[in-house]
Amino acid sequence: MTRSRMGMALLCLTGLFVSLYLYLYKIGAIGTLACGPGGCETVQLSPQSRLLGVIEVSLIGVIGYGVMLLLALLALQPRFAGRSWPATLLVLLSSGAVLFSAYLTYLELFVIHAICRWCVVSALIILAIFGLAWYDRRERAPQPA
Amino acid sequence: MAQAQAGVNKFYLVLGLVAVAGVGLLWYLTGRSKTVSIPVDVTILAADTAGFRGYLLGSDTAKVEVSIYADFQCPGCQQFETIQFPTVRQQLIETGLVRWRYRDFPLAMHPHARVAAHAAACADEQGRFWPMHDALYASQSTWSPMRNAVGAFSDLAKSIGVEVSRYDECMQSAKYAGRIQASSAEGIKLGVTGTPNFLIGGRLYQDAMPSDSIRAIVMRALTAAAPAPAQ
Repeated sequence: MTRSRMGMALLCLTGLFVSLYLYLYKIGAIGTLACGPGGCETVQLSPQSRLLGVIEVSLIGVIGYGVMLLLALLALQPRFAGRSWPATLLVLLSSGAVLFSAYLTYLELFVIHAICRWCVVSALIILAIFGLAWYDRRERAPQPA
Repeated sequence: MAQAQAGVNKFYLVLGLVAVAGVGLLWYLTGRSKTVSIPVDVTILAADTAGFRGYLLGSDTAKVEVSIYADFQCPGCQQFETIQFPTVRQQLIETGLVRWRYRDFPLAMHPHARVAAHAAACADEQGRFWPMHDALYASQSTWSPMRNAVGAFSDLAKSIGVEVSRYDECMQSAKYAGRIQASSAEGIKLGVTGTPNFLIGGRLYQDAMPSDSIRAIVMRALTAAAPAPAQ
């Protein structure tokens, strides 16, 4: 059962680095994006890369993955091993993130008309985290007497 | 119990390795970031001005010429170029009434303006000035707050089909610094004080204007240029 939590922590850390990479690009700390032929630059330099024109979407990713990573690590502590609330929280957070990723994918496909591979990677990571969190929660749910 | 603990320890080891690898990779990438400096105090050579007086759009036989003195990082220019200019292009340039001339006038207060102007000049080498011009203005709000926008400009160039290796070489050479400076100096001589400023039919207009105003001024200039009807 702890394997699902370990998997979540690893995925969160990977997602955190993907988001951090895109955020560092957005502040100009990294030169060009390593993306191969694709629309990474189009997506990252589009007005939609900033939510409501205010906050960088990649920064939301950094914060989101960071919070979920802390939660997954907390859930791995022996005193929380049998508790279902960390899993419930992770399900809630990751389901929100899945919806947000779906919205961003919609923007890429139908508004920006370009696909950013790093965003696809992040969307797949968050989907996997959601799957693991769902499984973890189901496994720890109190059984009926 | 001991087996479970060993499993957890192994997990923390893997997590730590992933963390170190990730931080190391990002560190490497930030160190690899390119910088380009376009000199300001460059001596303008005759070759910088000879044969080049801005980027042209429209018919050579157009009766009215409009020059815009603009800065790629100026928000007023961005507003004009993304909102008003498509109408100007459609109504006045594509109909053959106006020949449009884009002149660089990078303002000192905008740290990326000169580099952006140079990026557009390098795209022009490959016949892609206007797509680069459009891309730079469309994404201005994204690259403007960056600490270093050189990578973003290179990515923009790539996205509009510019051959990146040639573009990067051009950027590193800073070979158009003199030309940009010459454009700026010419603007100052004409009385340009900010951006966007327009020179229409030899008269300078120092405010951002909607396409309707430009159209009205152009129509007046066309009427003045038309031969008087025979008596």
